[in-house]
Order: sequence, then C-alpha cells, then structure tokens
Amino acid sequence: MFIRKMNNQNDVEEQKTTRSLVEQILRSGSEVFSREEIIKFLGCVQCGVCVGSCPSSMWTAWRARLLIRKMQLKSCENILSDESLWFCTTCYTCQERCPKQIPITDIIKVVRNLAVKHGYMKDTHKRICSFFLTYGHAVPPTDEIKKIRKALGLAELPPTVCTDLRMLKEVLGIIEKTGFNKIYRE
Amino acid sequence: MRYAYFLGCITPYRCPGIEKATRNILKMFGIEVLDIRGASCCPAPGVFGSFDLLTWIAVAARNIAIAEDMNADIVVTCNGCYATLSDAIYLLNNNKNLKKKVNDILKTIDREYRGTAKVKHIVDVLNVDVGYQNIGKMVKHPLGGIKVAVHYGCHFLKPSRLRKHGSSEHPILLDKLVEVVGAKNVNYQRKQMCCGAGGGVRSGNLDLAQSYTKKKIESMVNAKADCVVTPCAFCHFQFDTGQIELNRRIGYKYKLPVVFITQLLGLAFGMSLDNVGLHINQTSVESLKNKI
Repeated sequence: MFIRKMNNQNDVEEQKTTRSLVEQILRSGSEVFSREEIIKFLGCVQCGVCVGSCPSSMWTAWRARLLIRKMQLKSCENILSDESLWFCTTCYTCQERCPKQIPITDIIKVVRNLAVKHGYMKDTHKRICSFFLTYGHAVPPTDEIKKIRKALGLAELPPTVCTDLRMLKEVLGIIEKTGFNKIYRE
Repeated sequence: MRYAYFLGCITPYRCPGIEKATRNILKMFGIEVLDIRGASCCPAPGVFGSFDLLTWIAVAARNIAIAEDMNADIVVTCNGCYATLSDAIYLLNNNKNLKKKVNDILKTIDREYRGTAKVKHIVDVLNVDVGYQNIGKMVKHPLGGIKVAVHYGCHFLKPSRLRKHGSSEHPILLDKLVEVVGAKNVNYQRKQMCCGAGGGVRSGNLDLAQSYTKKKIESMVNAKADCVVTPCAFCHFQFDTGQIELNRRIGYKYKLPVVFITQLLGLAFGMSLDNVGLHINQTSVESLKNKI
C-alpha cells in the first residue's frame, strides 16, 4: 500500500466522519482561504473542464470533478484515503479554467490537510517533514553541494537557518505551536 | 536599489549555479543583493500547504518578517518560493483573523508579520526594475545560434488573479526576455504544462512526475530546441535531474540542456558556461558550447 492508514478506524466511525467532512472542509478551508471562495464548489455543474485540463488525469485515475461531486452530495467516503488525491501537482490549470471560478486547487489542499490529520500520509512525505524539522529546509544541504558551492565561488553554506541553531529553534517553535510535529508523526 | 535574496532550498542546495548567475547578473545592473539571515524553507506551497496550511503560512510569515526587519523587498529564483511568499502576503493582508492568529504564533518567537515587504520574482526584477532596453545594451554575444524552448512553470503565472502576469494561457514576459538576448524562441506542444515536480508529486509519486517531464522534454526536442529556459529552480531541477532519472530507468535518450533565465542572460553578456554555473548541471550542456 502506498498510503498507510495509521489509525484503525472502523467503518462506522469512517461514515460518521464523512458526514461531517464537508463541514470540516468548509471550516478549515475558511481559516486560511475565505469561506465565500471555498463554498463556490456548490455551483459546480460537472462540465469536466477541470479533468480535461488536468495533466495528471492523462495518466492516473485522479478526477477533480469527482471530488467536487462527492462534496456536493456529502458523500465523501474514501476521499481522504484515496491515493489519487496526491496525484495533483497543484498546477492550477483546473482552477484557472473553471467556468464557475471554483478554487479547485485550494480545495484539494484543504482536503489533503484533513487526510494528513486523519493519518493518511506517505512515508516519503514524512521524510520531507523530518528534513524540515532537522534542517529547517525540506531539501537539506549535502557535503557534496558544499564543495560545489565553494568551487563556484559561493559561501560553502548561505547564512540560512541551517547554519544557525538559534534560528532553527524559531522555526521549531512555530511548528510546536501549530502542532505540526504531532500531526505528521501520528 | 537592493533586494533581499530569498534562496529557499533547491537554489542553494541543488542548483547553486542559479544562485551564482543571479547574484552576478543583479550586481551587473547595480542591484545590491542582501542575505536573509536565518531564512528557512519557504515552505514549499504544494508540499507543506498540502500537509498543514497553518504551519505553512506561519513559517512563510516568519521568512517575510525577517525581510521586513531588513527594510527590503524580496527577490526569488524559484516559483515555489514565489507562490508561498506572495500567497502568504495576499492571504495575511486580506484576513485580519488569520493575521492575528499567525502573529500570535510569531509572538512566541519574538517575530511579527507587518505586511510591509513585497516579493518579486527575478523575471519581474529583470522586466520592470532593469528593463529590456538596459538588458539589450549589455548583450555582447547575441544568442542567435540557440533555439530556446521557454518553460514558465505554474506558480509564476497561476493563479493569474493574484499573480497579475497577464494570461496564464499565453504569457509573454519570459519569451520577451529570451528574445531580447537574441535567442530563437521556438513554440512547442504543451508549453504551459507543469514540469511534474510540484504538489509533493516528485517526492510522493516519482513515476508520475517523470511522465510529465518526459512529455515536456519530448515536445521541446520535437520542436528542435537546443535547450529549455526556466525561471524556476524546482522546474530546473526536475528537468535536469529528471532526464538523468529517465535515462537510468527507461533508457531515455534525450539530453536537453537546462538553462535558468539569469544563466541565459549571463551567456549573452559574454560569460562562459562555467562562469554562469552551467557546468554543474546533471544533464550535459556540452551541446550548447559550439552554438554560443
């Protein structure tokens, strides 16, 4: 399995969750984006421009239109556990072309946030998080790159968070405050 | 004029040739480049934005707050950093509750997001602050021998409502920069398509990311391009490293050099491939040597 289900919810609990999932999407979406924007999904007419425009839909079973339809019907079974949710590169082509101006890419991010909160996160994504928590960079420096930088006439390492423990502690302070260290480890 | 250069992760730690070329080009135009001490990952919009939006925007706000303390606007060389920092500014400046929530978090580390700094993409700095005419004046070796496939990357243009770089279907800004240094700009199929790296797809579904890259590179090669020019470190990395990965995994035969926009300018201004840091690319740039 690509995505490991971390907590053993049974089916009944899963159903309970999906009934309130649309409310959760609206609520957490409104915290960062605006409610007026997110709620535009109700106006989807299932025209399919999103799927026709989506490069990932050429190769995979990912269908943005289906996600929006499930949300309209409040029938969100499996949307959090569906691996194809993670096939979107957030290229925004669907959102750009949607005739109803539905912020599809923003909605995908909000749904992914909930998926992560419910324990659906790839190991490779967890690895990026652990890099971030260790170095303050999702893509950390290597010994080889230090040599290359030096040969280019650049500083071996730039004065970012990775060379200053005090600065790294600031980033970790934010992460502790938002609870992200717990979210991704659970 | 001065800018705080927000490096992010890919530019300094995977593609430092971009950093070298960018610092040199800005210096050539008299623009002072400041380091943002203690800057972290932006954090990546499609990755950390997909994991936890509050963490994403709070860390972004800290990065912006450091630049605010320096009284400097920010310049970036990665569309990911560009998306995170400019989206964070837009969202925080238009949502008082969110701004308060984020500042309550930042208060615990003695930081404050005020909303005074702007973030500019290197393409904007070149187009607006420097200007085509001044760029044209610096050209010593017009690149008429090189056919360029322009790749914008997604987040420089989209969402177009916020980015305000004109049409995301028919953009012109990067094409104009390529033409101003004399290079031949070739059109190709799926020019506006994503490189495949974003949204956590490169880290989570490498096969899928490579499907994108293969499609894009094939289209560019079919259009007889000599190289691809990008304004984004992550697209640059994906095309450059992606071709090597495709080679290893499926015996892919294309070797299309990948050139960052400031590296292309450097070549036109008379710098060598090594001087603009292209020699450290994964995919060979040898084929460009006799065309410059």
